[in-house]
Amino acid sequence: MSIDKDTIKHVSHLARIELQPEELEKLSGQLHDILGFIDKISVLNIENVAPASHILPISNVLREDKPQSSLSTEKVLANAPSKKGSYFSVPKIIE
Amino acid sequence: MIYQTVIGLEVHLQLKTKTKAFCNCAIDFGQTANSSCCPVCLGFPGTLPVYNKEALNSAIKVALAFNCKIQEHTKFDRKNYYYPDLPKGYQISQYDLPLSKNGFLDITVEQTLKRIGITRIHLEEDAGKLIHEGEVSLVDFNRTGIPLLEIVSEPDLNSPQEAFDYLTSLKSILEYLDVSDCDMEKGSLRCDANISLRPQGAKELGVKAELKNMNSFKGVKDALAFEVKRQTELLESGQIMQQDTRLWDAQKGITVSMRSKEGAKDYRYFPDPDLTVFIIDQPMIEKIKTQLPELPQEKMQRLMRDYSLAEYDAKILVSSKKDAVFAEECINNYPEKDKKSIVNWLIGPLLAEANLRKLNLHELGIEQKELINLIGFVDRNEISFLSAKSVLTQIIDTKKSAQTLITEGNLLQISNTSELEQIIQIVIQENEKSVNDFKAGKTNALMFLVGQVMKKSAGKANPKVVGELIQRRLN
Amino acid sequence: MELNKLTAHQLLDQLASKKTTPEAIEESLHAQIKKTEQKVRAYVRSDEIKKITKYNPAGQLQGLPITIKDNICTQGAKTECCSKILTDFCPPYDATVISKLKAAGAEIFSLKANMDEFAFGSSTENSYYGPSANPWNLECVPGGSSGGSAAAVASDEAIWALGSDTGGSIRQPAAFCGVVGLKPTYGRVSRFGLIAFASSLDQIGPITKDVEDAAILSKIISGYDPCDSTSVNVAVADYTKSLTKDIKGLKIGIPKEYFVQGLDPEVKTIIEEAIQKLQSLGATSKSVSLPHTEYAVPVYYIIATAEASSNLARFDGVQYGYRAKSENLMQMYKLTRAQGFGDEAKRRILLGTFALSHGYYDAYYLRALKVRTLIKQDFEQVFKDFDCIVSPVSPTPAFKMGERTADPLKMYLSDIYTISVNLAGIPAISIPCGFTKKGLPVGLQIMAKHFDEEMIFRVAHTFEQNTEWHKVKPKL
Repeated sequence: MSIDKDTIKHVSHLARIELQPEELEKLSGQLHDILGFIDKISVLNIENVAPASHILPISNVLREDKPQSSLSTEKVLANAPSKKGSYFSVPKIIE
Repeated sequence: MIYQTVIGLEVHLQLKTKTKAFCNCAIDFGQTANSSCCPVCLGFPGTLPVYNKEALNSAIKVALAFNCKIQEHTKFDRKNYYYPDLPKGYQISQYDLPLSKNGFLDITVEQTLKRIGITRIHLEEDAGKLIHEGEVSLVDFNRTGIPLLEIVSEPDLNSPQEAFDYLTSLKSILEYLDVSDCDMEKGSLRCDANISLRPQGAKELGVKAELKNMNSFKGVKDALAFEVKRQTELLESGQIMQQDTRLWDAQKGITVSMRSKEGAKDYRYFPDPDLTVFIIDQPMIEKIKTQLPELPQEKMQRLMRDYSLAEYDAKILVSSKKDAVFAEECINNYPEKDKKSIVNWLIGPLLAEANLRKLNLHELGIEQKELINLIGFVDRNEISFLSAKSVLTQIIDTKKSAQTLITEGNLLQISNTSELEQIIQIVIQENEKSVNDFKAGKTNALMFLVGQVMKKSAGKANPKVVGELIQRRLN
Repeated sequence: MELNKLTAHQLLDQLASKKTTPEAIEESLHAQIKKTEQKVRAYVRSDEIKKITKYNPAGQLQGLPITIKDNICTQGAKTECCSKILTDFCPPYDATVISKLKAAGAEIFSLKANMDEFAFGSSTENSYYGPSANPWNLECVPGGSSGGSAAAVASDEAIWALGSDTGGSIRQPAAFCGVVGLKPTYGRVSRFGLIAFASSLDQIGPITKDVEDAAILSKIISGYDPCDSTSVNVAVADYTKSLTKDIKGLKIGIPKEYFVQGLDPEVKTIIEEAIQKLQSLGATSKSVSLPHTEYAVPVYYIIATAEASSNLARFDGVQYGYRAKSENLMQMYKLTRAQGFGDEAKRRILLGTFALSHGYYDAYYLRALKVRTLIKQDFEQVFKDFDCIVSPVSPTPAFKMGERTADPLKMYLSDIYTISVNLAGIPAISIPCGFTKKGLPVGLQIMAKHFDEEMIFRVAHTFEQNTEWHKVKPKL
């Protein structure tokens, strides 16, 4: 499986990471090698095998509907890079 | 060319559990921004979700109420995308093994029952709120993590009116279950619509438009009506429909295209490794079934059976849960065995008052024992039906009791035969011509004579009794 | 011997008999750090070093300090995963393991241990703060991603420490640094408060000077946590009772697929000698097969990176950490993440995003989940007839800094012996079992079936107490 530069560009958009041209160049080679190696698993016969979405057979973990105290607004915003009043602030969204 | 309208609705419902879906924060509206959050619903690094037992119960109740098949092994999946109101960069939702599928809801179209399929009902969590302020957007995470149900209908609706009826029936059932406030204006019920047109008789679906930003059931109906018109014009002019997302502008009464450059979104769904599988077996389903309240359809059938109500009347009474409770209380406490009288009062004068005031029956503020009292006066012929209607209005307006109002208005009918005989005697003497007309077979004359008695008694004579007495006298 | 050179259990005895105090122990740690930290660089943000403020006097740990890896949340103290994108992040809550330690009387050491950024790495060279050094040879890596924790314990700059293990990140640095490192059964220790790398693989575990310390620490941090849906409600045994020094009659499996080309001949010899030692102590060993071993690394790098790509989506500059200067939201996202993540983080996020993306999900992610089942079944099959499995931890001893940074794939392949353990969810330990001619430590890996940490402690302790490897210290 090869991964071309256009695919990497698309994937980097999905992942919201801006890549510099040199990075794109370098990653292209590296990801190509890694995927080539990963392709090993394509030979296996996995027809009747169930996927291991969870490694332990636990189920129905639930919690009681009982309120507990929340964080103070101050603590919520304590790490905020930018805030306004009791809100987080982000740059404008361009559609 | 005649086009068929095809509509599917996607409803998001906030469950009114005490706490959020995956954490113990209380669900709190209207307070300061970011005051009802914890590291979990904020998606702080290192935090993990644990699902709310009550939310699961409510969800199963909803699925059962809409006749869905419950998935025995259900799981959560991550829906990955970026937006400031989505703290983890993914929404915990369900993809390929949703809680329930293949249900239905019946609506009435031109007096016949039409079955609207429900594709699926699944679990998810709500996002936060964004406020746009010029160069920045402000984010409030209070709403993040509130448990949601997504209810998706099959594209079985064929008119804006059907869509409206679907939503009212949906809301009615949800109110009975008491799992949500179902308030479109407050956002606890949200609705997106998919609409396409196809030539009448065609099997394939046309290209659809997705409509958003409707804030009421009427808004949904109006937006759909606008779309029918717009899409019809477009197709008739030979243009090709493009799949589109459109926002409803209630002020201008139009939908506006939101078409963005991005193609189909890739949410990269995969099973959420932080949450376990949920096994919902038969015993669990049976247990929850016993917790289901009587739903509108059942209640309607029962009222028809127990009180010999017509379907039309029963339907009106059950459409709102609180109204149904009020109505049933009245009917139960009404002392007579034959409930026809009280039912007629409920769907007659009471409903008229409610409609006039744009309220529900139970919101009129009239106590059921007061209503029963008032009806008693009529049943005993102590006041006329007409007077009683007027008293009803006054009870609602002044909150005074029936007894007080009847006394104040001097409304007690004269039904005492000897008293009436005296007045009748005078009227007969004064209206020889009418008496002769009556004897000659003109029934109008009787009404005239009764009217004269009413006049002489200042309206207090019981017209029925007067009529009978006059007839006896003259025959 | 200075206090900081003792084991935790030795110090606990001294504390109990009032021969020493937590303050004295901490002072000796500070003194050691002053002496050797410039060379070892086990810790980050060293300017935050400070004295004990408080600990629970009633707890069994009596104020003994413990070093914590920088990806475990400590309330009120910076927790950055050694990444620029989490600069200055101060969690308003403690990880469950930290709460448990505090309740047990531990003192959480003021400095956090260095690590590969977000646990992405096998050498600690991917840390935003630069690499730690191996105390046995300062030109070599200490292993990763818990390299700082292992280096601190090996150099006596810590009494004991917590690390995290997703593909070998406790065991491999423990092996490279000649200390003990345990990855518990998946679900044994709560992940609440561990900044996630791969949710279905991560576990927090002890890095210690000997097996007894690991047993004590494991008992304290293990147990069901209602805040973690993946934590298992199974009783925690008193692991110190497994320190019986007796392995007579135990059946040990030696996986043949682990002894193939690529295994350094010196390491091979040392491991074989260790196995002979176990036999001399009364255990029997036999060759077994784990047929899907060669698929473990590819499967891991699909599943782990897929989960990581989703877990790291929350690092977007909105609520905490680094935010790039930007004019609009999209720019903010893309520049924050471009500038805030290091190269390895970007590589893994892109790989993981690709594996989950439309059109590739079935061929990569779904397929990998199925092969994972096969790998798990390999182990279940062996454990039907064997009490434990023994193997090398790493194909080579600690490599030189910079040796593998140019070739990520080469770096990934060095995880070959540890990765299957995480995929299967079973517990495993690394204990020192010898040195190469150049004086680099070699680790022996002991694996057991799910929730059988007792077997691991029993075998590990017996081996340890019948050898002297754990008593050797680096010359710093």
